[in-house]
Amino acid sequence: MQFNLNGREVDIPAHPMRRLLDVLREDCELIGTKEGCGEGECGACTVLVDGQSVVSCLVPFAQVEGRNVQTIEGADAQALQRAFMDHVGAQCGICTPGMIMAALSLGPDPTRRQMQEALAGNLCRCTGYEAIFRAIRAAKRASRRAVTTTETVT
Amino acid sequence: MANSTERAVGRSVARKDGIGKATGKAVYADDLIFPGMLWGRTIRSEIPRGRIRMIRRDFDESGFTVVDFRDIPGKNGIALIELDQPCLVEREIQHVAEPIMLLAHADRERLLTARVEIDCDPAPAVLDPERSDVVFKDILIEKGDVGAAIAGADLVVEGTYRTGAQEHVYIEPNGVVAVPEDDGIAVYGSIQCPFYVHKALVTLLGDAVSHVRVVQTETGGGFGGKEEYPSMIAAHAALLALKSKRPVKIIYDRTEDMVATTKRHPSIVRHRTGVTRAGRIVAMDVAVLMDGGAYVTLSPVVLSRGAIHAAGPYRCDNTRVAARATRTNTPPNGAFRGFGAPQTQFAMEVHMDRIAEALGMDPVRLREINALEPGDTTATGQTLGSDCSALETLRRATEKSRYAEKRAAINGSNRGIGVSLFFHGSGFTGSGELRLASRAALELTERGVRVLTSSTEIGQGTRTMHAQIVADALGVPYESVEVAQPDTSRVPDSGPTVASRTCMVVGGILQRAAGELRRTIGDASPAEYFREHGPLRVEAEYEQPEWIRWDDQTYRGDAYATYGWGCNVAEVEVDPVTYEARPLKVTAVVDVGKAMHPALAVGQIEGGTAQALGYALLEHVVMRDGAMANGQLTNYVIPTAPDTPPIDVVLLENPYPGGPFGAKGLGELPMDGPAPAIVNAIRSLGIDVREVPALPEIILRESRSGKREAGDGS
Repeated sequence: MQFNLNGREVDIPAHPMRRLLDVLREDCELIGTKEGCGEGECGACTVLVDGQSVVSCLVPFAQVEGRNVQTIEGADAQALQRAFMDHVGAQCGICTPGMIMAALSLGPDPTRRQMQEALAGNLCRCTGYEAIFRAIRAAKRASRRAVTTTETVT
Repeated sequence: MANSTERAVGRSVARKDGIGKATGKAVYADDLIFPGMLWGRTIRSEIPRGRIRMIRRDFDESGFTVVDFRDIPGKNGIALIELDQPCLVEREIQHVAEPIMLLAHADRERLLTARVEIDCDPAPAVLDPERSDVVFKDILIEKGDVGAAIAGADLVVEGTYRTGAQEHVYIEPNGVVAVPEDDGIAVYGSIQCPFYVHKALVTLLGDAVSHVRVVQTETGGGFGGKEEYPSMIAAHAALLALKSKRPVKIIYDRTEDMVATTKRHPSIVRHRTGVTRAGRIVAMDVAVLMDGGAYVTLSPVVLSRGAIHAAGPYRCDNTRVAARATRTNTPPNGAFRGFGAPQTQFAMEVHMDRIAEALGMDPVRLREINALEPGDTTATGQTLGSDCSALETLRRATEKSRYAEKRAAINGSNRGIGVSLFFHGSGFTGSGELRLASRAALELTERGVRVLTSSTEIGQGTRTMHAQIVADALGVPYESVEVAQPDTSRVPDSGPTVASRTCMVVGGILQRAAGELRRTIGDASPAEYFREHGPLRVEAEYEQPEWIRWDDQTYRGDAYATYGWGCNVAEVEVDPVTYEARPLKVTAVVDVGKAMHPALAVGQIEGGTAQALGYALLEHVVMRDGAMANGQLTNYVIPTAPDTPPIDVVLLENPYPGGPFGAKGLGELPMDGPAPAIVNAIRSLGIDVREVPALPEIILRESRSGKREAGDGS
């Protein structure tokens, strides 16, 4: 079955009813997407399908035919990744890829409430979420600065 | 000496494991693939107690490996404190989800659909710890004359406090892969204590293997939940691997992980306290009961820490703590961040508020009068030094949170405020560290130096913090220090990664090893010395401070080398329609001795506080006929981002002279205070809650039973 994975057209011969999570991890060897609960509650397996965050443990593979799938390995998330490192947004790290994928949907200057809502489907047991919020704020600040710099140059 | 470097300790340097985790490249147990690997599955009991009559395998067995107790070459037990917990049931079932048989197959679908029926003769199960007649452990701490002091008190306040079980909910479920190698076996897995697993496998496998090697993979959270149970999973995978001669991976799904593995011990604590009219505590009589579950596992030591912390951070000349753990037919309860202390300090701190209510005194004032100060003695008779900070944390937390002003403003509103004062002993209890005799080593590399310990990184920052200590003790750049993956064939036994000991105790050993290495290599940089002289390895062992005295028989003496101290102020809002208590803010002032890495330290306090808020308000393990009935994240609820209030953390640094750079233990401390602070905040609204989780139905019940009477002590 054909779909776009991290910007590349791929053809993966997997059963249409397998979980997208398993196809990504086992057939595509992208281990950055994690399984925490298998019932769509923890968000560790969050990926983007056509830009929308979904829990890949609840998505049958058939549903991504012809669509764009983005995982932590291919997402345009360097600012967030850098900020999660600098602000200890990752402790044990198992929720981190999913957390970063979910945070991609946030605007340039999110409020605490907006961050809480965007991450409501992503459980973290280590941080109490505060360090994750600090990382997201720092990443958004860095992105805003980058945009400003670019505008000055052009 | 090469000291051209900025110090690492005290700075929030880059985490050693940051990039792997942020990019998704870090390798966890389930990410490992070995050629020819099979999947393993555990067949478990479905009744809490009984005798197996017959086991029927109702599937096509081609390609399957099947293991039962008869395949165990050594002893059929998981070695820990006792050897009473079987690896696989022979006849007698003692709890639901007890392992009976193991299957492995290359095809996961065939494995999961294989039917095995177990016919049993059920027996009556004991599910109430108060009705059990099997005692795992009794502990008695006695100081002064409690009877006489109670008789002479102005007021005696009594109360019973209850805490429920709690599930760890590390986001990575348990998992291991066992791989036959040469004539031995290697186990890779999500493990807190590699040498615990090693000991269990050696006992189980006996002479059937030439060697056992245990390797910790990246671990997606532990909180104590991966302290003892991974020995069981590793044992199962190893048996399947040895029989099939293939690598075998066992990964628990969330439900199996929740239903079969350990929980925090439920507790019932009774207090009887004598006070003077002026608010001085003159006698404390405390009875602690913990539900151990079906096997001894770690219950005696959980009970021990619970008992030692049961009198709270208060001065009292006449104290008796009688603590007991009993057996029930439920899966064994086990290690969980705080290790008995959150239960007993919950009781103490809610009881303190009830004493204050009985005296008509502000709860902060009562704590000011009674808090331990340097020179005072604890319940075990330990004289505290200048590293005691109870009053300072209380003062700072009440100021920072504007406690007095907010308390005065409650007046008929639905917003309450509550306080808790707590402490947590660092490292193993009493002579435990001496018995462990932990070791840690350093070896030179081409780039600098490598840290060799069995301390595991489970999110708390072990690798980073150990590298910081070694960098500064050697006077080398942080970046030139690397940390070896814990592999029992390569690293010395540094003891388990538990008990808030990884920084203070193992870090202290590393600091001494670094001093010895520096003496050996002189002024050279480690890399220079390596190039000129070749490999060099230096190992150091734990040395107990000479002043420590402890008697395991009488429970008298210096229970811990030092303590972390903390004060929480919790603000809650109780919904007048749903009776949900919503936390609005928690202020946490903690004395950690020295914040080695401020960002990591704050992260530990915030994360522990959030986990404790779940314990206080949300996390309800529903047991039905000895089995967890809500073994899913759908209906066992932990705090989400919207549930978690702002947590205002203040780190105090009152050093422990015996710790590296003054550090004390820190990982468990934040688990002790939030539950009582939250319940005391609910109490400040006149609702007489005395248990956690403080679910809406409990708050509703206590709201309807009418405002409590002040002075219901007598």
